[in-house]
Amino acid sequence: LGLALCSLCVASSATLLYHDYCIIGAGPAGLQAAYFLQQANRDYVVFERSHAPGSFFALYPRHRKLISINKWHTGKSNSEFNLRHDWNSLLSHDRRLLFRHYSRDFFPNADAMVRYLEEFASLLKLRVQYNTAIIHVTLERDERAWNGHYFLLTDQDRQNYKCSSLLVATGTWVPNVVNFPGSEYVEGYETVSINPEDFAGQTVLILGRGNSAFETAENILGVTNFIHMVSRSRVRLSWATHYVGDLRAINNGLLDTYQLKSLDGLLEGDLEDLAIVKDKKGKLHITLRFYLEDRNSSTGIDSITLPQDELDNFATRAPYDRVIRCLGWKFDFSIYNRSLRMMPGKGNIKKYPQIKPSYESRGTRGLFVLGTASHSVDFRKSAGGFIHGFRYTTRAVHRLLENRHHGVPWPSTVYPVTQLTNSIIKRVNEASGLYQMFGVLADIILLRENGTSFEYLEEYPVGVLSELEMQTGRKAPYGLFVVIMEYGRNFSGADKDVFYYNRAVGEAQHAWQSNFLHPVIYYYKRLPTEREMSLRPPDWPLPRPDAVHHIVEDFLTDWTAPNAHILPLRRFLENCLGTDLRNFFAESCFLFALTRQKLPPCCQQGYLRMQGLLGSERLRRHAAEAGLLQDYTLTDFSGNRPPDSHTGSQDQLLRDHTVRVHPLQHLVNAKDE
Amino acid sequence: MPAQKVQWISSCFFLLFWASCIPRLGSTRLLQELSPQEYFSSLEAGRASLAYFSHHVSSVAQPFLEEIENSAEVLQDYGISVVKVNCPKEDASRYCRKENALRKAYLFRGNVLLREFPTDALFDVNSIIGNVLFALLFNEVKYVETLAELQNIEDSLKGKSNVVFAYVPATGTAEHRAVMEAAFVYGTVHQFVLTTEPMLLKATSSDGPDVSSAQLMFCHCQQSPELSQPCRRTPMGQPLTLLNIHRHLKLMGAPLVTEVAEDPEKVSTVHLQLGLPLVFILSQKETYEADRRTAEFVAWQLLGKAGVALLSRDLLDLKVLLRSNVALKTPDEGVPIKYLILEDTDEIINLVEEKSKVEQIQEEEEEEEEEEDEKENNSQDIQDDQVVEAVARDKKRELPLEQIRALEEETFHPTLLETARTVVLFYASWEAVSLAVLRTYTEVAEHLKGTQGVLLSRVNCWDWPGVCTKENITQVPALRIYEKGERSVMYHGMWGAAELTSFIMLSQVSCPLKLATIDEAEGYLRGEFPSQLSSFHHPSLLGVFSRATSEAREAFEEAGNILSGHVRMGMYFEDDALALSHKYSVSPPALLLARSRGGSVEGITLSKQSTRDMVQMIRYELLDLFPEIIVQNLPSYLQLRKPFLIFFSDGDIGQVESKEMLNLAKKKTQQAFVACWLNLKKTPVGRGVLKVYFGTVPSLPLLVWVNLHAGGQVFRFPSEQSLTEMNILSWVEKVKAGLEIPSRTLSEEDWKPPLPAYDFLQMMEMTMPELSLRVSQHPKEMPAQHPPQSPGGDTAIQEKPFQDIKAEKVGSPGRDLRGTAPRLAAREKQGKRHSEL
Repeated sequence: LGLALCSLCVASSATLLYHDYCIIGAGPAGLQAAYFLQQANRDYVVFERSHAPGSFFALYPRHRKLISINKWHTGKSNSEFNLRHDWNSLLSHDRRLLFRHYSRDFFPNADAMVRYLEEFASLLKLRVQYNTAIIHVTLERDERAWNGHYFLLTDQDRQNYKCSSLLVATGTWVPNVVNFPGSEYVEGYETVSINPEDFAGQTVLILGRGNSAFETAENILGVTNFIHMVSRSRVRLSWATHYVGDLRAINNGLLDTYQLKSLDGLLEGDLEDLAIVKDKKGKLHITLRFYLEDRNSSTGIDSITLPQDELDNFATRAPYDRVIRCLGWKFDFSIYNRSLRMMPGKGNIKKYPQIKPSYESRGTRGLFVLGTASHSVDFRKSAGGFIHGFRYTTRAVHRLLENRHHGVPWPSTVYPVTQLTNSIIKRVNEASGLYQMFGVLADIILLRENGTSFEYLEEYPVGVLSELEMQTGRKAPYGLFVVIMEYGRNFSGADKDVFYYNRAVGEAQHAWQSNFLHPVIYYYKRLPTEREMSLRPPDWPLPRPDAVHHIVEDFLTDWTAPNAHILPLRRFLENCLGTDLRNFFAESCFLFALTRQKLPPCCQQGYLRMQGLLGSERLRRHAAEAGLLQDYTLTDFSGNRPPDSHTGSQDQLLRDHTVRVHPLQHLVNAKDE
Repeated sequence: MPAQKVQWISSCFFLLFWASCIPRLGSTRLLQELSPQEYFSSLEAGRASLAYFSHHVSSVAQPFLEEIENSAEVLQDYGISVVKVNCPKEDASRYCRKENALRKAYLFRGNVLLREFPTDALFDVNSIIGNVLFALLFNEVKYVETLAELQNIEDSLKGKSNVVFAYVPATGTAEHRAVMEAAFVYGTVHQFVLTTEPMLLKATSSDGPDVSSAQLMFCHCQQSPELSQPCRRTPMGQPLTLLNIHRHLKLMGAPLVTEVAEDPEKVSTVHLQLGLPLVFILSQKETYEADRRTAEFVAWQLLGKAGVALLSRDLLDLKVLLRSNVALKTPDEGVPIKYLILEDTDEIINLVEEKSKVEQIQEEEEEEEEEEDEKENNSQDIQDDQVVEAVARDKKRELPLEQIRALEEETFHPTLLETARTVVLFYASWEAVSLAVLRTYTEVAEHLKGTQGVLLSRVNCWDWPGVCTKENITQVPALRIYEKGERSVMYHGMWGAAELTSFIMLSQVSCPLKLATIDEAEGYLRGEFPSQLSSFHHPSLLGVFSRATSEAREAFEEAGNILSGHVRMGMYFEDDALALSHKYSVSPPALLLARSRGGSVEGITLSKQSTRDMVQMIRYELLDLFPEIIVQNLPSYLQLRKPFLIFFSDGDIGQVESKEMLNLAKKKTQQAFVACWLNLKKTPVGRGVLKVYFGTVPSLPLLVWVNLHAGGQVFRFPSEQSLTEMNILSWVEKVKAGLEIPSRTLSEEDWKPPLPAYDFLQMMEMTMPELSLRVSQHPKEMPAQHPPQSPGGDTAIQEKPFQDIKAEKVGSPGRDLRGTAPRLAAREKQGKRHSEL
């Protein structure tokens, strides 16, 4: 077959169509990538086998209820912040293309998504080539190509396309199928009836325990005799694991009826060991594969041993009317030539192709996997497999590509060091990419020489932190901060109690024990090496830093409290940089300017540039009352009496900047004793 | 294998043991070990030795052995050798007999046995030294039990020698040892008397003493003239330690009243050396006798607390008030002597005693504070940012924002088209500096109320990040004026109400303003035109160009764009421009500058053609020759990077000084420094500056030279010289030549973090050992050629500016509201300590 196809490519190479970027799949990830390429004026095309975008959503979920939230109200007008609670919108500059304009439902109907994707593609005039199913992808070596090879794509009409870079956004759509004796009696989620009437008075067995299995069960819960659900591992509840791919509370009605003794039930068992036999009445019986293997000839059902023959209280001894398979999907590996080495991942990520944390294929340079198929990077951890996550990882990939192929460095803003605390506080409070892709995307702060300014890079994939200079075109010789969001390390998990008393940390000094999602800032004096990245502690997104700071978790996810959030952060930054980042009124700067040879950054970068903060009378009085600003007008009235030089709080302020060293006296004393 | 290992370890231990023994053997051992024959033959006449006898192995007396070994060194210092005598097995002589060996220790002087001690009386180092010295000093230290015995001793010594009387609750204590050690030193000078009788102590002191603690009294018998009267006694206030006794005896030995005839600043007595104050009684020839009596009386009262000196005014030219009669010198260095006028002797005593009381209290307070710090993990969580704290304290006040329109994403652009000019303040509702500016902005709004053609507005970038991003506002606060449908001007000045108001007003007219007639130009220079600016006092800058000089004119217009809102600029290029400029004796292209309304107009020839140079030149020309320095304008003058010659004045500057200084500043040759003056009434923070320069605010006016940018030396113009141009000039020359001594050099310390941060990394390491484990495989710390060795060995971590906090404090009160009340209460406690920052 391979040979035949290859001769085909040669044959049709005359009509080769070339693009810098080819995207396979016009789902959310493909369209998102197309948007960024279009904005950057790149030569790209999207191939979509269907006649419209988002063909997956045209079919799935079968019961049409999306479980990604569409929150209309947050009490805030900050559009970036609101994206934290909008899991369906793609990123664009067009405010009309927010999902809220397509559905009012908190859990929207999938048809809204189809409509949304259609409008996203058409409003933004994305170049999508519909009705084009790519059936084969191979490589053409060429030293002049960006990556040393071109990608050759063949569609169902044997039309060939040549691309420098290939973005695979095909998602996972091949149903997972388990083969066991009698699996021919099993109905698939793809085709099973969604009309509850069809299940009235039936006994149903569902294979699988994911959201599709529970969604199916939810739909028929009220009309069946009972539903049993069987899967290899125990059910994982998303509110316990903080992973949106686990069973969502909106679908878990069966858990209720099971635990409230309403006949429905949940079992664990390996599907590979199962066998199903159909009796004459058409009822389906569960048995074990090894009973069938003992059997010599295919005589009828009567000769087959059923487990209840030996164990008369066997759990699934009752016959079923239907068995439904809801085992999820996997990536379509079939279209890639072996030279691309698109390999499935190992263990629980075998449904995804192997990729690096930069989303580039491990087998082929220049091939990037986007969207759901890229979820192996953060499977069961973050949101990279879902729209609200991969809209950001797609942007990150685009930025990597811009730097690699077009010499456009990762976008960054340079600020004076006085803005360091502020820039972090602003981002951790509103940034959606950090929030959704916690533990995966991080803001990077590159310090500049002398520590007087810094460069701020947003939402860089931390998995490739060691490659930062090469991947972004930015330099990091003077150390860096990494701003990332994390849950408490031992908080989430399938068997953890996430409601225990005192689970929340309130005091800033215990912030490192915060359990709920909270910002963490890592400080490195130099960029970690690849080796250090590989040696990072288990469950750590990053290797051991030179210093780390946690901003204490907050019930409102509002980290703007001056004393609990900003002050400890400032102290951390100050100690990493060895400087004083306090703000001063112009009057204090005036005093420092005339009485000291060096000035704090605030005075240097503000007051000395004639942008001092004079402050209102009232504010200065408040500062004086707090003992942080000396009111010299008061001493005016005391005449010429020499003022007590030790009580002035301004003196205190002046002395303050030296770190207090605890005396070693107690050690000496101990020795004496 | 395990057996082998054990063997290896034990042999290793053995080696170690030997290694540790070697140095001991090498040096002279303090504790000798001898046989009985060796010992008795080694005894020298007059030399004391403490011996104990033992039959080799016996572990019973082990603690005693240790203690005696520990005492050996101290005893050696007192000339007492310590010997362990090893009795041969069969020896049954007196000392080696079973019942004596190791149950007793013997004190010999020469070969005379002075005393035998049961070993249980020698339970520790103090008891060994105390008891041994007590035995040796039985002549020097009399033991008494009754008051009569004490009085007998006192009587016998009257007029001859003083008595040191000590009470210890028990012998063998640390106090007992201290008394004995003191007696060893002072025994030949004073008679030491010891008692353990509480009754005796009670009999000697009037106020019921605490018999559970040791006491020491100095009995002044040497000077007691009359037999009938008991000796005066001075108790020692401090605990009985060797050091305190020594100090007390030194003080008692010092002359009661010192007569001084030299500069009191240079006087030093035992008291000052021992950290006690010295009281001077100022005396005159006429009153000498009375003063002497007063001094002696006071001296007796203050004995042990302060020294008293009689200072003769006749022999000394004291620059103090004639009425002053007492002076107090404290032991602290650098604190000047205080001269006082006191009414009676009690005041003197109070003065000293109050002072020591205050000191004590302060010490205690400090200690308490330290303890508190340790308890509460100190003040890291207390706000020390003056701006943040000030805004936080003001947050409950509702701001008068009615005059300022809040703009949103939808309303932003439409609003800009409503009014000729829209002022927009970009801020963030959580950011302290921008909130401080918002408060100032409300004052601006109040000033500008009713001004036509200007709309004041604001955008909260926290609510509307899209607007701020689109307007390229990367940091807040930022203020920009949008002209309807045209350009916008960013504000780059001080965040003060007056400065903002002036900016907004100046932005009302174009910059530079094109003037059409020579009358307008003249009016402009007088500050009368344009009329909307007539109430603002700005220097007027007028560019005069002939029609031909388009290059300079374009540069001037460009400069106007840059300086828009900050400088009042006009331009005139009509045909009669030549006539206008000639009036001020320049020819176009030229600048005419009127610094103040109705003042003189300076003509400046324009030689620079580039915009950048032009901007720089304009900024430079706008600086005053002899400015009054205020908070707002200091940065402009600092930019010249020259030394400052500052005239500090409490109120307006005098006309004479002003004239002299101005003359000085006008000298072109003197432009190597900035001559300026500072009005402490207008700029009170100047007092803070003076305090740093001189420790206090000296008498004003005052002229100071500061090398702000080179070395930081501060020089003070000699107060005896009059402030004339010539005097100042020659002084400045001397300062520059390095001939003057600076009063102070400004600190060049860096601005370090005010307080440490929480060291979360260390806390995490304590619960997650795998974290530090990883670091040992750090490629930098363990080069690749070495295979990874046992982890955890290399924990060399970079220097840590972070404060250690014990990780035990886990499980803090969580989010549940039950814990909130105590948390808030704890916070309140902290709040009180804000002022201590």
